[in-house]
Amino acid sequence: MPEISYREAVRDAMSEAMRRDEDVFIMGEDIAEMGGSMGVTQGMLDEFGPERVRNTPISEMAIVGSGIGAAIMGMRPIVEIMYQDFTTLAMEQLVSQAAKHRYMSGGQVKVPLTVRTQGGAGWSPGAQHAQQLEAWFVHVPGLKVVFPSTPEDVRGLLWSSIYDDNPVLFFEHRTLYGLKGDVPDKIEPIEIGKARIHREGEDVTVVATGRLVYEAIAAAEEAEKDDISVEVYDPRTLQPLDEEALIASVKKTNRCVVAHEAVTRMGWGAEVAALVQEKAFDYLDAPIERVGARFAPLPFAPVMEEYVIPHSQDVLEAIKRTLGKE
Amino acid sequence: MARLEEREQVAGTERLKDFLREMLLIRRFEEKVEERFRAGELPGFLHVAIGQEAVAVGVCRALDESDVIASTHRAHGHTLAKGTHPNEVMAELYGKAEGCSHGYGGSMHLYDLERGNLGANAVVGGGLPAIVGAALAFKMRREPRVAVAFFGDGATNIGTFHESLNLAQLWKVPAVFVCENNHYAESTPAKQQLPIEDLTKRAEAYGMTAMKVDGQDVEAVYKTTQKALKHARDGEGPVFLLAETYRLTGHYVGDPQVYRPREEVREVRQTQDPITKLREKLDLSEEEWNELDAEATKLAEDSVEFAKSGTDPKPEDALKNVYA
Repeated sequence: MPEISYREAVRDAMSEAMRRDEDVFIMGEDIAEMGGSMGVTQGMLDEFGPERVRNTPISEMAIVGSGIGAAIMGMRPIVEIMYQDFTTLAMEQLVSQAAKHRYMSGGQVKVPLTVRTQGGAGWSPGAQHAQQLEAWFVHVPGLKVVFPSTPEDVRGLLWSSIYDDNPVLFFEHRTLYGLKGDVPDKIEPIEIGKARIHREGEDVTVVATGRLVYEAIAAAEEAEKDDISVEVYDPRTLQPLDEEALIASVKKTNRCVVAHEAVTRMGWGAEVAALVQEKAFDYLDAPIERVGARFAPLPFAPVMEEYVIPHSQDVLEAIKRTLGKE
Repeated sequence: MARLEEREQVAGTERLKDFLREMLLIRRFEEKVEERFRAGELPGFLHVAIGQEAVAVGVCRALDESDVIASTHRAHGHTLAKGTHPNEVMAELYGKAEGCSHGYGGSMHLYDLERGNLGANAVVGGGLPAIVGAALAFKMRREPRVAVAFFGDGATNIGTFHESLNLAQLWKVPAVFVCENNHYAESTPAKQQLPIEDLTKRAEAYGMTAMKVDGQDVEAVYKTTQKALKHARDGEGPVFLLAETYRLTGHYVGDPQVYRPREEVREVRQTQDPITKLREKLDLSEEEWNELDAEATKLAEDSVEFAKSGTDPKPEDALKNVYA
């Protein structure tokens, strides 16, 4: 099993699909000569040329919208929105066009479009370059939402997203690009809608996404010192969600913490908490805990940013609260 | 030589009669739509394009079968002219499974993928970027097809219009942007929403070839569209086609139209009705006209019968087609 970075894994999935399939191409801002603002598409222009690695103007509506049109006509475009904050500029195209064409047409139209984007705080970018907005999209019927946290998952799930016949919002976490991990020799597609249990445990289930998966693992290791056994569940895809694995885990541990980097209030974690109480209420031994960012835009000053976003200590404290060990 | 010219003239006349037939069908269809809406039979709300039929027919008749269109909230005419049967359009307006969007779309979301209709769009300007993408797909696959967007003067103020024209010209994709300038964005007249009069300047600002045509003259629309399509198909880049037209009815069915003088509408109706103009050009006898009219009226009436006897979708069908 080779070891590659999360960044290389993203590139690997796209390049392999493009080698195999003329219908796959990528477009976005600064993705050609520059290789993308995160370096993800480096070298792809040389391999595939400017027809299939298309630098675009700074026009998010047109980037997403032209991806939609090409997808309807049978291509499998991958478009990159440089920062997920900028998906807000293309909101109408994502929410009212990409997500609705199949439905409004009564099933005639397919939109096999992948919209890759990234975000994540911890490097003082300020309020407009690191928001975690995945919850905005899981609320929209017709969109799939994927948010992998390991090199293996990002590669296998991006592959599946490219070959999915629906529009997929594919979230990458900025702070994970350098992370290395083992991947299979050949790309193995990972089914959209299947969770990964990173760590098995008996006392509490921590549901975590993106960077918080690693914060949760660190918290779990810390908790072990106090004889608390933590299971870490990473949904990998937020829509559809692997409810079966989630409920099975909570039924086993009887406690649940939901952790994401996005703002806690009205966040994705609230939906997970609602689902768990709906389907496993009788199994719960403690109120469900939520961990996420405080209700503020991301501040610039490092000390303030550190205060706003969640860390492993926050997850650990939440774990202990569910066990009455504060 | 004389004989050839004669033959061409006959062919030209036959073509114009075909245009008239289609325009009349759209007119009678939309009158029927207004009537059945007022009778309380049609759910939702409706926008008819009475007065704008020459643009729909002139453009769509110039297309190759494999060309695609994206339409607007005022989509009945475009959809019929692109080849969808009136029964399927009417059934959609009644919310029936036999409708061209199987009851999932309605008047503002008429689709017919098989006939190259990528969908009518209820968001002003919402379909323009997809037309750039469809044209990009044709260019990348080297297919001799053109993607055509219909939109109104009001849409030239929205961001998708500018981003789409910029990108289309930058990549020289085979697209034609048909602006139906009916001089009102819903109720707002041009002078309150457009700081310039000549909308082709907007396309020219992106370096795009622009053409202008009298949108009430179907033959002129047809011929200009042919030129625009050739330009796009030959790889010369996209074209902005500005058709000057007028909506003879309200923005929506039931619109009291307080924003424009009745005399203005009356005058345009008397002098610029595209169907009257074509009828005069063809110099049809009363009998010929009555025959064409009866044919269109019957198709419209039949479509209502077809729609009314259609199948209601099952309520739980609402959960289908969310994902492919």
